[in-house]
Amino acid sequence: MNELRCKVLVLGGGPAGYVAAIRAGQLGLDTILIEAERLGGTCLNVGCIPSKALIHAADAARGLSEQRALNAIGLFVGKPKLDFAATIGWKDSIVARLTGGVGALLKKAKVRTLLGMAQIVDGKTAIVRADTGESRIQAEHLVIASGSEAAPLPALPFGGDILSSTEALALTEVPQTLAVVGAGYIGLELGMAFAKLGAKVTIVEALPKILPLYDHELTQPVARRLADLGVETLVGARATSFADGSVRVREADGCERAIPAAKVLVAVGRLPRTNGFGLETLDLAMSGPFVRIDDKCATSMRNVWAIGDVTGEPMLAHRAMAQGAMVAEIIAGEKGAFDHKAIPAICFTDPEIVAVGLAPDAAKAAHGEIRIGHFPFRANGRAMTLQDDEGFVRVVARADNHVVLGVHAVGQGVSELSAAFSLALEMGARLEDIALTIHAHPTLSEAFHEASLTALGHPLHI
Amino acid sequence: MGVRSIKMPDVGEGVAEAEIVEWAVKVGDLVREDQVVAAVMTDKATVEIPSHVAGTVLALGGAVGDVLAVGAELIRIDAPGLPDSVASAEPKSRAEAKPPAAPAARPEPAEPAPAPKAEAAPPRVEPEREAPTAAQPPERQSRAPRLVGEKPLASPAVRLKAREAGVDLRFVRGSGPAGRVTHDDLDAFIARPPETPATGSVRAANHAIETVKVVGMRRRIAHNMAESARRVAHFSYVEETDVTALEELRASLNAHASDARPKLTLLPFLMLAIVKAVADFPQVNAHYDDENDVIQRFGAVHLGVATQTANGLMVPVVRHAETLGLYQCAREMRRVSEAARQGVAARDELAGSTITLTSLGALGGIASTPIVNRPEVAIVGVNKIVVKPVWRDGAFVPRKTMNLSSSFDHRVVDGYDAATFIQRVRELIEAPATLFLEDRNVVACHARECGHPD
Repeated sequence: MNELRCKVLVLGGGPAGYVAAIRAGQLGLDTILIEAERLGGTCLNVGCIPSKALIHAADAARGLSEQRALNAIGLFVGKPKLDFAATIGWKDSIVARLTGGVGALLKKAKVRTLLGMAQIVDGKTAIVRADTGESRIQAEHLVIASGSEAAPLPALPFGGDILSSTEALALTEVPQTLAVVGAGYIGLELGMAFAKLGAKVTIVEALPKILPLYDHELTQPVARRLADLGVETLVGARATSFADGSVRVREADGCERAIPAAKVLVAVGRLPRTNGFGLETLDLAMSGPFVRIDDKCATSMRNVWAIGDVTGEPMLAHRAMAQGAMVAEIIAGEKGAFDHKAIPAICFTDPEIVAVGLAPDAAKAAHGEIRIGHFPFRANGRAMTLQDDEGFVRVVARADNHVVLGVHAVGQGVSELSAAFSLALEMGARLEDIALTIHAHPTLSEAFHEASLTALGHPLHI
Repeated sequence: MGVRSIKMPDVGEGVAEAEIVEWAVKVGDLVREDQVVAAVMTDKATVEIPSHVAGTVLALGGAVGDVLAVGAELIRIDAPGLPDSVASAEPKSRAEAKPPAAPAARPEPAEPAPAPKAEAAPPRVEPEREAPTAAQPPERQSRAPRLVGEKPLASPAVRLKAREAGVDLRFVRGSGPAGRVTHDDLDAFIARPPETPATGSVRAANHAIETVKVVGMRRRIAHNMAESARRVAHFSYVEETDVTALEELRASLNAHASDARPKLTLLPFLMLAIVKAVADFPQVNAHYDDENDVIQRFGAVHLGVATQTANGLMVPVVRHAETLGLYQCAREMRRVSEAARQGVAARDELAGSTITLTSLGALGGIASTPIVNRPEVAIVGVNKIVVKPVWRDGAFVPRKTMNLSSSFDHRVVDGYDAATFIQRVRELIEAPATLFLEDRNVVACHARECGHPD
């Protein structure tokens, strides 16, 4: 067996692990990264990136079939033809470019990358079975970045026509009918995309509302759009079985019904990957199903660190990357701490939803008196020129000192506004700071400015 | 234009004046017909006053906390298209009501009101809990130390620099807007960290002062308590009672609780004990009218039950407790105290008690000195139950004991009588079977001249 030594051993090549490895390499730490499947993890291979590619293709297809909107701007086109295999090929090419890029960046940072399955022996040792043979790696620091996988539903076990998001993103043709179980952001993003690509989509959610983590005001535009797209949404309903192309659903009132579904996408959340690679031998303190960490991503064992989805919610790539970079810096002797004011969350639904910081109810609970400023895109010129003025920007601030506590938005393309929202929160901006910043015209970002003015009591354009 | 004035209505029950406890509108607001404009409180009830016209509010007849006479102008409304109802230009409010033109005027001294802010504020700058105006956020607060638990406001770069320097930003004074810690603040702190106080505490001193206007219920409670403490010659008497047998009885009853006979607390038993004891001690079940030097001794036992509500202490009354059995006592006490908590108690459920029972339950402490609920002359307080070693028959045995802390008006209740009364209550509690014996005093009571308190 090959004997290797290094300073930092990273298990997992997703956004947490590869960023930790790159940063460790940049800081001159001798680093080895082990990835069991493909570099880039869930995000690049079967998550954020491929789903956004699919959503873009679906939006483009849908745009060409919305005759009324096209005619309004003087465009007249025939019926578009979709070659979905080509769509998936295009998506795969983006994924390949990005994962290839990650490999190149790791190499540039002088990180040794091993493709193979790792087995933890103890807090400083792991054995990796790669195609090049078995290696035993001794490291000073072990960084666990094993990620997460789609949570299964006992009534609808994955396999055959029952898909997780991973398989749904690899379909080679658009299913005639698709049942989506779970109306979280993954289920809705993919469900809406397939609906735009021509599938008859039904969404089944056990809780009484879609996107249960967001308030009603934010989810309402999405619910309206779902109806426009002909997507049937069953809330308070449970999928109980699947057979012969139909899903049995028990609705809130107890009625049973069958939903035709060539494919079933089960998107009921994700579970941390904590089994199958010897993690249990370390007997780390856990927090529910997740590895428990402190604000430095340290686990209960000295020099064993954990980052990314395996450490808990929110399971978001940008949180994972921030943790990865921070852990590398801490190992290199810098004084890092995960003390961020806010982790932005985005649903790439139609329209998109951005949530940064506290929603009004939570803000009120935490800080008492608050001010809320609300500005609809229907009063925003740029939104009109984009033919989509659905949605709004909402700013929540403390009433006593006007410090911004949260910014939420729903609307087309609002994901790109999230940078401004996050910066405002991290810098401790007050409403006046945003009000006194010039926001370029004509852009959707003016709604952020106007929402802050509204919270101060003097909006200009409404 | 038609200027209409809404007067303080006669809310009945011979009430001559009412206190404004809430304004729902301010000068300049538009009001609809039937929109509630204010809430006023009398001794008996809080009443919402609707507008009978639609229009613009011209003036308010007083500030929250002011007392207006019935018939005084409460609000003046400009109702377009209606003839004037106001003869003179001056609102006819009572002297202590603030003239609407001068909202900052102080009410007359008889009315307790918060001192003007300039007086209340200490010389040093302190944060206020009032919402700032949009144009002028409270810069003053930014200079103040932040409160315990409040996170410091600083950009990520400042936070990083603080971590690198080993500085806890909570202790760095922020000079930026809203108390934001700037690079300069941090540099200054690093260059010259403030000396920690001699006590070794590193917590910033909290200079916050919250000004709370004492209005409505709270003012009434304050007034009654002070009046009682001023006039009544209080003396308190604390006695230990052995409640082991009573607790056993209660446990066995509760073990067979049903809908008809729900679980009991200790208080219904005490109610029975008080009812029985006062039959022998009419001097403690009485009202003392100290202005006319008259004592009324009552045959009826209208038992006040001190009850904590969201608005403060209230004393709902279980009427004619002498007619009630154990479960009736429990039911009636729960009913009136719930009604008081929900704010739906009827007027006669909140007045007319002849003696009061007060209990803080698990918070009962070992002794208390309750304030007599004037014009009553006695109040019986219940402390918490504790298990104590008691010397009995040559050995220590664990017994459940509970103190009774009672206060009396010494002007009309002698110490001997008060002590004997409490001893009688103690005997009844310690031998709970006696609570249920045929009442030997029923006849005697009815033979006496008995009156009702109201």
